[in-house]
Amino acid sequence: MMTRNQLRRAHGRFMEAICLLATLLAVAPLAAFLWHLVAMGAGAMTADLFTQVPLPPGESGGGLKNALAGSLAVVGLATLAGIPVGIGAAIYMTEFARPRLAFLLRFACDILSGIPSIVMGLLAYQLLVRPQHHFSALSGALALAFLMLPVVVITTQEMLHLVPGNLREAGHALGIPAWRIATSISMRAAAPGVLTGALLAVSRIAGETAPMLFTAFGNPYFSLDPQAPIATLPHSIFTYAISPYDDWHRLAWGGALMLVLGILGATLLSRFILWWHQRHLHA
Amino acid sequence: METDASAIPTAELAPFRPEAHALPPLSTGRGVDRAFRLATGACGMLVAGVLLLVTVFMVRGALPAFQNHGFRFILSPDWDPTNQKYGALTFIFGTAFTSAIGMAIALPLGVLTAVALVELLPRGLAKVIALAVELLAAIPSVLLGLWGIFELVPLVRQVELAIYRSPLGLKDLPIFAGAPMGVGFLSAGLLLAIMALPFILAISREALSQVPVAQREAAYALGATRWQAIRRFILPYSWKGIFGAGLLGLARVLGETMAVTMVIGNTPQIKASLFATGYTLASVIANEFTEAPSDLAISALISLGLILLVLTILLNATARFMLFFLNRRMSGVGAP
Amino acid sequence: MLACQDLHISFDAKAVIAGISLDFPARQITAIIGPSGCGKSTLLRAFNRMHELTPGARVRGRITLAGKDIYDPKEDAVRVRRRIGMVFQKPNPFPTLSIFDNVVAGLRLSGLRNRSLLQGTAETALRDAALWDEVKDRLKGSPMSLSGGQQQRLCIARALAVGPEVLLMDEPCSALDPIATAKIEELMFRLRERLTVVIVTHNMQQAARASDRTAFLWMGELVETGDTEAIFTTPKKSMTEDYITGRFG
Repeated sequence: MMTRNQLRRAHGRFMEAICLLATLLAVAPLAAFLWHLVAMGAGAMTADLFTQVPLPPGESGGGLKNALAGSLAVVGLATLAGIPVGIGAAIYMTEFARPRLAFLLRFACDILSGIPSIVMGLLAYQLLVRPQHHFSALSGALALAFLMLPVVVITTQEMLHLVPGNLREAGHALGIPAWRIATSISMRAAAPGVLTGALLAVSRIAGETAPMLFTAFGNPYFSLDPQAPIATLPHSIFTYAISPYDDWHRLAWGGALMLVLGILGATLLSRFILWWHQRHLHA
Repeated sequence: METDASAIPTAELAPFRPEAHALPPLSTGRGVDRAFRLATGACGMLVAGVLLLVTVFMVRGALPAFQNHGFRFILSPDWDPTNQKYGALTFIFGTAFTSAIGMAIALPLGVLTAVALVELLPRGLAKVIALAVELLAAIPSVLLGLWGIFELVPLVRQVELAIYRSPLGLKDLPIFAGAPMGVGFLSAGLLLAIMALPFILAISREALSQVPVAQREAAYALGATRWQAIRRFILPYSWKGIFGAGLLGLARVLGETMAVTMVIGNTPQIKASLFATGYTLASVIANEFTEAPSDLAISALISLGLILLVLTILLNATARFMLFFLNRRMSGVGAP
Repeated sequence: MLACQDLHISFDAKAVIAGISLDFPARQITAIIGPSGCGKSTLLRAFNRMHELTPGARVRGRITLAGKDIYDPKEDAVRVRRRIGMVFQKPNPFPTLSIFDNVVAGLRLSGLRNRSLLQGTAETALRDAALWDEVKDRLKGSPMSLSGGQQQRLCIARALAVGPEVLLMDEPCSALDPIATAKIEELMFRLRERLTVVIVTHNMQQAARASDRTAFLWMGELVETGDTEAIFTTPKKSMTEDYITGRFG
């Protein structure tokens, strides 16, 4: 017969074991996913994958050159618009706006970052595709720019908040114009963190599929025309994944590995930059 | 008075040269300043503008469907493009059911994992695990869908077959009704759980680690076992933060499109069974938008998007307000 | 040189400075003393319009530099701050800039590009701040490698490089050891040959040994002002006497 105290302890052990089991379960999907991805994707990573366009069903071979180039183009275009505007907005909110306005803008960003990506796709559709009567790379880039904007603003703002206020004060006391303080003192001190945020934002939109369905639309041929439909990596993966052809499944896995390597690379790189920066800031 | 200071050697002090500062007049940069403020301000307004834009355009796009069907659109289970009859209920059900499955799995899993990471595991290991789960958040939904099609669905099918064949007659329970196909609400819910987990874990971890040291020590001083301290002192202290985490996770899960679309079976039906196939708000937009036969069909799909928009805005706003007030109140409590 | 008349400063609804009138004669060191929370720093920051950066801060009254109102709507705060420099309690060099870039930051970031002029000014300012010999071989190095006292002198050099007429010092030695403090005080005497110095300090010995004039503040009001020697030997108000003899505050 166990004493009350022993019972108490046994119960505690049991609950702790449950917590550890939960941790195992939480990590399991990532492990399973990565394992499967490498197993399926490694064989598909051939030179053809990068240099050929996809072939019609039934013909073996082909690659994802069109989708890779398309993703780079659309994401690049979105980044060109999203990062400067996002950084500008963050500078305004941290350096110039009155606290109440800054709070409201930040709240808007928080809300914006929670809006499903498919809704942003519907917005880009109504803004560009419907009036122009055709799908286009440009409309895809617009949707992605909307999606990355709040991410860039939030991370940049957080990094600017980390810059000690006494540096700004010192700048003002020296009679340095406010815009120079924002750019050459605050932004310069926050630069590594801002770069990190930008990388994270880019890697987030690089994998977006839902808004591409009715903006960039996809294209089996190679195209870099901003006014024409364009293939993107995640969208092609989707198309080939739900197809019934083994050859297309192979393309999907190859594309998936490509995408994950890009995203994980960017994520790890950004973490490294941040870690390096923090180490040097405190040294 | 000067004698005190001159007791210290000051040999390195150079003679003071008052004539040395002949500087040209510097500009105050007022013009550039104003332009810079204006430009960054415009960027800030643009961010707010996007929120306004998305609201206005979604409402405008949804208008024809609501004009045609009235507010019954939301509660009607019909979805019949050939006869121009549209209703959102089937998809609202699908979204609600898959999200409920996802949250029912992710919330306990996330909170228990957070407890393990903050309270039980050595810090180094906890960091590695937290990083791994964060990486999970970086994996695009379409790739989890791909994995879902080729690995999760067959696995779920095995489980479903086992239940179907079990001698206990489990297959007669309504929650297990339907053919064991693998695709359906259960697979979709599992993928949603995987996607919500990083969010819930991150916020729960933060909530747990905000529990002041004094609170912890007080619990142990009373002779509590580790689990009792967690259960009676640490978890109650953080439950509001965890609730906020749940809301944010839910908001994220509601609009998830690709992974769900790839494994849910895409059948417009209302069936409260884990094995049944279904359709969600997001996945019907994804599947039918480019093939919509009429302007009314497009408007109906945009209306579904509007429902998603409203739901996510409400959930996010509630969660943010909760976490905001929580952090503000917590920041002062128990400070050393 | 610098003067304020009937100065009121409040944050939101809370009044911190309630009607102070004070003169700071040219080329003298004036110390502002008083217990913590009496508004010393708040008063000092009004002289280079730093309160404009704090939302909710309000400054009323008149502050003149060489007879001209520095709060005149036509007067640019940036220009005022170049004429009235400031050194802060905690040394705050820009960590991402080199030592040299720190000294010339005020000039370069205001648009001055002439290299030889920048170099000349940097050397002069560093010499004036008695730091030249210690850093002349590592001007490209990081300011974070300097000691606290050196960092504070770097901040003084940085303020001097812009060529101010008045230097405001907000407890510049409170984070420093006695030797570094002595160096800064020595420096102040040298700067007095050209500049008007206003120093806020909670350290009575510092006020006594390193200033020409002293103003004693209490609860946002000016209790007494006069020659330092007079204040410390024959104060007119009993409150001043209580404070300098350590009976309160």
